[in-house]
Amino acid sequence: MPHDTTKAEDPAIWANALIRIRDHRDEAAFAALFCHFAPRIKGFLIRSGTDPALAEECAQDVLATAWRKAALFDPSRASAATWLFTIARNRRIDIARRQRRPEPQDLPWGPEPDPDQAELLGLQQETEYLGAALKALPKKQRDLIEKAYFGEMTHSEIAAETGLPLGTIKSRIRLALDRLRHALDVRDPR
Amino acid sequence: MTHSPYNPKHHLTDDLIAAYATGTLAEAVNLIVATHVSLCDSCRAAVEAHETLGGAVLEDSAGAAMGDDALDRAMAAIRGTVPEARPIRLSADPAPDPVVPAPLAAYIGGLDRVRWRSLGMGVKQSILRTTPEATARLLYIPAGTAVPDHTHNGLELTLVLQGAYSDEDGHFARGDVEVADPSVNHMPVADMSQDCICLAVTDSPLRFNSFLPRLLQPLFRI
Repeated sequence: MPHDTTKAEDPAIWANALIRIRDHRDEAAFAALFCHFAPRIKGFLIRSGTDPALAEECAQDVLATAWRKAALFDPSRASAATWLFTIARNRRIDIARRQRRPEPQDLPWGPEPDPDQAELLGLQQETEYLGAALKALPKKQRDLIEKAYFGEMTHSEIAAETGLPLGTIKSRIRLALDRLRHALDVRDPR
Repeated sequence: MTHSPYNPKHHLTDDLIAAYATGTLAEAVNLIVATHVSLCDSCRAAVEAHETLGGAVLEDSAGAAMGDDALDRAMAAIRGTVPEARPIRLSADPAPDPVVPAPLAAYIGGLDRVRWRSLGMGVKQSILRTTPEATARLLYIPAGTAVPDHTHNGLELTLVLQGAYSDEDGHFARGDVEVADPSVNHMPVADMSQDCICLAVTDSPLRFNSFLPRLLQPLFRI
């Protein structure tokens, strides 16, 4: 498979790829999206305990779903990486737990018209800033966050693996999230 | 920003929101989270913030190399498939059920299709079909009625769909979710104004404190 040669200079590149898929069935945009995200999704599924061959098939499915459902991607609410994360997560729940995943009811207004490029860029940048904040975290905290998102681990399982007591885990994750929120100024609803 | 009426007073904990976003909860717990989020803008925003973090973690990850023919296979797969049309909301769309949000409706249909079983004193329940690690049930509490005093070992979440109730922790109305403290006995009492309907989720059986209900517990699976 060709390597992902995309430089991450344009944070809106993947959102725009999904919009081109939606509006023009743009195969080149899909190929670029695939080369960037399929290996990441495969890695995500392997780290969650999926066997590598199945993880490869599922990464294929997730990207094929993105092609089919591109119309449901709402660039005013999620970055492309976030949207693909939710599809991959649901696929993982489907494989690992064999259970339904109830999703919230759609908002009563939406989908809104596409935001203009400046606004689009702003939202996609948020994920990028969050990534930068993530990289800046002390290794231990970053590891815990990755485990929570990748490893399908509950807090008590993380405690068992790292030997850390539960209270420490929870306070570390909270501390990590607080730092991320602070770095980002993510709106805190409460 | 469009104004939304979804502003309940009692919310999910951060732990539950994070676990819903990462996908580690039992099906019944996912159901009550998704149902509350359908009625609560601030918890919806919190879920989406956690999902954004998931996106950042995915973007930042090293990944695992795909097979040599992966791209060819993907292109072959999509060439037979046309992307679905963009959904258009028409004002003629059927209004969502006024009491039952969509994720719950997917389990029960409408309230008129629920098969209730009596628990006595007019209180009724209906257990939903989910995976067994946690149990979801609808509770029907006639106006002014108290549910027997009970405690529990694990998680107990109660979401009000219609009417309201009060207990030691406060007053809970439509959209409010109570995350019960396992150490507290509580006895919810429905408001007088309307019969109260709740979605309740437990990850271990409830324990009633009086002798008789405790005997009945295995029968009712409460």
